[in-house]
Amino acid sequence: MDFASAKLIGAGIACIGMGGAGIGVGIIFGNFLQGALRNPTEAPKQFGNLIFGFAVTEALGIFSLAIALILLFAAPH
Amino acid sequence: MSNDPIHQFHINPISPPIHFGAIDATFTNASLFMVAGVAVASGFMAWAMRPQALVPGRAQSVAEITYGFVHGMVRDAAGDEGVKRFFPFVFTVFMFVFAANMIGMFPYWFAPTGQIIITASMALMVFATVLIVGFAKNGFKFLKLFVPSGVPWYILWFVVIIEIISFFSRPLSHAIRLWANVFAGHLLLKVIASFVPMMAAAGGMLVLGSVIPLFMTVAIYALEFLVAFLQAYVFAMLTCIYLNDALHPGH
Repeated sequence: MDFASAKLIGAGIACIGMGGAGIGVGIIFGNFLQGALRNPTEAPKQFGNLIFGFAVTEALGIFSLAIALILLFAAPH
Repeated sequence: MSNDPIHQFHINPISPPIHFGAIDATFTNASLFMVAGVAVASGFMAWAMRPQALVPGRAQSVAEITYGFVHGMVRDAAGDEGVKRFFPFVFTVFMFVFAANMIGMFPYWFAPTGQIIITASMALMVFATVLIVGFAKNGFKFLKLFVPSGVPWYILWFVVIIEIISFFSRPLSHAIRLWANVFAGHLLLKVIASFVPMMAAAGGMLVLGSVIPLFMTVAIYALEFLVAFLQAYVFAMLTCIYLNDALHPGH
């Protein structure tokens, strides 16, 4: 396998990590909705925690996207 | 390659080379936009608070709300003692990161937080502050941070190892989170924007289809504004949480 195709395959493999972040973000928002529908008056107070959890989880997906983009565009040819 | 998306992160010197011994202190575009970030953040606060009116106007309201927002964040995470000791530091970090992120959103401008050395310096600064303040204030009781109470002895040694590893990987994740978000976001914008001329040049039905990446670019641009604020918030929030450990170890 030559170097260029190995790079592209590596970028594809790195993107698998984004699936995990997708699951995590889904769990966060799903559980927030579940809790919010059970107790709507308390829900707005937890909005900060929701966004914080979202950003921290989302960052893990961004890590793998950054690795994929580095492999595609920033790695030496 | 004409549409090389990584090109926006290249560092170009804009002054003649300046060297202090082995240190290369040449003024680059990264330095220029960092200075711009500091100037925008401090200039806005100074200008908005100039009237010091009892009933604030629009600019003064924004400045006061920002102040109150960060103040509440520090108080929630680190308590009143944290506000007394660390509020100016956290406020400075938040304003700098936010201003730098926002400046980076202008087309053709440089995003300073997209350079890992800049986020890593800030994360290491926080890490060093936690270590120094923690040991200065608590002495060797600071090490209780690694030994959670109420854990049975046969599992404690393992928990201590995990706590130590997690403590030392903090500056890494702290720095990479901000850098990767800005870096990947700006790359993604450039990559998707480059689909528009590619599809338009392909001809046929693809010319009509080139509208789709155009709309996607606009949508991602809006998302990037949210990310710019959110990551500044998360960076400052994590700073508060880490500094709280220096004040109150052993929870």
